[in-house]
Amino acid sequence: MSAKTPRHKMPEQKPEERIKNFNEVPLGYTAEMAIAEAERCLQCKKPACVEGCPVNVRIPEFIKEVAEGNFLKAIEVIKGTNSLPAVCGRVCPQESQCEAKCVLGKKFEPVAIGKIEGFVADYEREKEHLPAPEIKTKNGKKVAIIGSGPAGLTVAGELAKLGYSITVYEALHTAGGVLVYGIPEFRLPKKIVSYEIEALAKMGVEFVTNRVVGLSETLADVMQRFDAAFVATGAGLPSFLNIPGEDLQGVYSANEYLTRVNLMKAYKFPEYDTPVIKGRSVGVFGAGNVAMDSARTAIRLGSKDVHLVYRRSRDEMPARGEEIHHAEEEGLIFDLLCNPVKFTGDENGRLCGVECVRMELGEPDDSGRRRPVEIKGSEFTIDIDVAIIAIGNGSNPILQKTAPDLKCNKWGNILADPETMRTSVKGVFAGGDIVTGAATVIQAMGAGRKAAKGIDDYLTSGEW
Amino acid sequence: MHYIHSNDIIQPTVGRMVVEAPYVAEHRKAGQFIILLVDEFGERLPLTIADADKEKGTITLIYQIVGTTTAKLAAMKAGESLYGIAGPLGHPTEIKKYGTVACVGGGIGIAPLHPISKAMKEAGNRVINILGARTENLFILEKEMTAIGDECAICTDDGSKGEKGFVTNVLSGFMAKEKIDLVVAIGPIPMMKAVSELTKKDGIHTFVSLNSVMIDGTGMCGGCRVTVGGETKFTCVDGPEFDGHLVDFDSLGKRLNTYREEETESYEQYKHKCRLDGVEIK
Repeated sequence: MSAKTPRHKMPEQKPEERIKNFNEVPLGYTAEMAIAEAERCLQCKKPACVEGCPVNVRIPEFIKEVAEGNFLKAIEVIKGTNSLPAVCGRVCPQESQCEAKCVLGKKFEPVAIGKIEGFVADYEREKEHLPAPEIKTKNGKKVAIIGSGPAGLTVAGELAKLGYSITVYEALHTAGGVLVYGIPEFRLPKKIVSYEIEALAKMGVEFVTNRVVGLSETLADVMQRFDAAFVATGAGLPSFLNIPGEDLQGVYSANEYLTRVNLMKAYKFPEYDTPVIKGRSVGVFGAGNVAMDSARTAIRLGSKDVHLVYRRSRDEMPARGEEIHHAEEEGLIFDLLCNPVKFTGDENGRLCGVECVRMELGEPDDSGRRRPVEIKGSEFTIDIDVAIIAIGNGSNPILQKTAPDLKCNKWGNILADPETMRTSVKGVFAGGDIVTGAATVIQAMGAGRKAAKGIDDYLTSGEW
Repeated sequence: MHYIHSNDIIQPTVGRMVVEAPYVAEHRKAGQFIILLVDEFGERLPLTIADADKEKGTITLIYQIVGTTTAKLAAMKAGESLYGIAGPLGHPTEIKKYGTVACVGGGIGIAPLHPISKAMKEAGNRVINILGARTENLFILEKEMTAIGDECAICTDDGSKGEKGFVTNVLSGFMAKEKIDLVVAIGPIPMMKAVSELTKKDGIHTFVSLNSVMIDGTGMCGGCRVTVGGETKFTCVDGPEFDGHLVDFDSLGKRLNTYREEETESYEQYKHKCRLDGVEIK
């Protein structure tokens, strides 16, 4: 096997099959495929891929173990820097991170790093468990983690191993944050997330669900019971289009739509009690991963036409390439260079259409992307009975409102030191989307790793 | 899990549950609400807190049986447990001395009104409770409400209890007689709308407490959005109380009907399952 061997394609459910179920799309590598793909790796002396990874997974090292069939050793290497490999193997934008830097990619296709990572993580979970991580003797220090998404879970795992007593507060009834309410089952099976959370619970991490910090209890109240706190409350404030008709029945934020389907399992309604409108024709507004997740969910719920309405062109779509590709295979209609102007409804307040205007690309704007400009007189209407607005999220403001000393920027993101993740309040650290604005799972985990080190340094030295 | 101390049917379609929720009991203030899950299949149902006992660590919930979730709630027995309770959520009512406060409650809305009325009285206000329901067997908390107000007027649409007529008739009677400084109105949308229209004419400041469709209760889903003074607000984090003179009740009323078909489907299936299992439907 050599580098010239083409990249091993991941077996997948066929589009016509998978649009009828919520099962994962990729079926996973077999051991033989994983080994064969791992053998493509050139084992570079100065591996660029590692630099491309926000948590610097020792990629050539784990791939070498896979090539030799030592799957457990491989997962041990990954877990040295990445506590959620089964998640990252599935949701990381490898094409713009590790795989973008793979030397093989210059001439051929890059090594399928993410797929191999996912394979070994699944192998460890399903076939042969690693021994439980070594946990240092309890050091008597207590750390509160506010928010149980990827950043919070990472800090919990790292600090529990070091002997800290950890309590994780979660506002919803299930821990996992965006991993359980946002990312759909067909992209990230929920059993994977619950396996990781159970592993943390076995390490002694306490999870307090249904608890919103910042309302009855402020951050200061929590700090009276703990030696340090990590704030990872995420980007959970949905942006709306602010156009007429957004109060019509059938207009959802992507957060609401996805939470109904993923966390509340509306796709199994009425076995589960939470409903969601299964539109005949659906419009999704935005073109990031959340928009793709929403569109592909609508397709699976049986909607006949699902339109993706995006004001820029295909090249500017921020979603992962694989998601766009999968969505296209599943029949998503791309209405590109279109901007919604208003929603229209019937006499009962039900959504029945969206008026759009066509756009063309002008000069580049601040983000470097070409600014879309309206084409006069190009208005047209798309008949839809469900609209899903997936144009981004602001920072969740609840905790900050009752923590006046916690410094934030003008968008409400908490200011934290980029290395130590310290905030303006002694003993309080922050990381993930609440600091950076909406970003990726792996970036949140990277921040979590830094924060865990920052918290350990602070509680060991006592110096702020 | 939240242990249920008692769960009684207090009117043919109204239940009262006392359930363990020590954190909520400790912290709750008048006007706040919780979100509960009956079981792991359940939806997240927002309910205002009718009462709480700090020592026992319990809260009292009063609910009207209208669909699957509330029917499931009614079927729970003392000794069983609810799957989850999140809260207290939302802003508490601003309790202070206003002077004369008219607390207007309609139907099941009397339950969330009770702690507000009580707190207004304790803050030194003259409290007039005006309570209405469609008919006698939907009327709740008469004894409790009578005990806390300076005056308590009762009416029903059909005259089966108290005066025949709407709460607005009774309220305008009081408005003609004396100066009212604040009105708190909680009940069905048409009632809150009618009260707000009535008090707007005289410029009497009026709070209403909204019960929108909601999931997380932390401002994350935006499902509970409501138009107030032309701006979009989230009932869960900006409310649940708003200036009644600014709320777009028509839009809110329509949004509350969003899942009517699905709710009917779910409830029919639940009742069917109950019949198969030989479970009594309350």
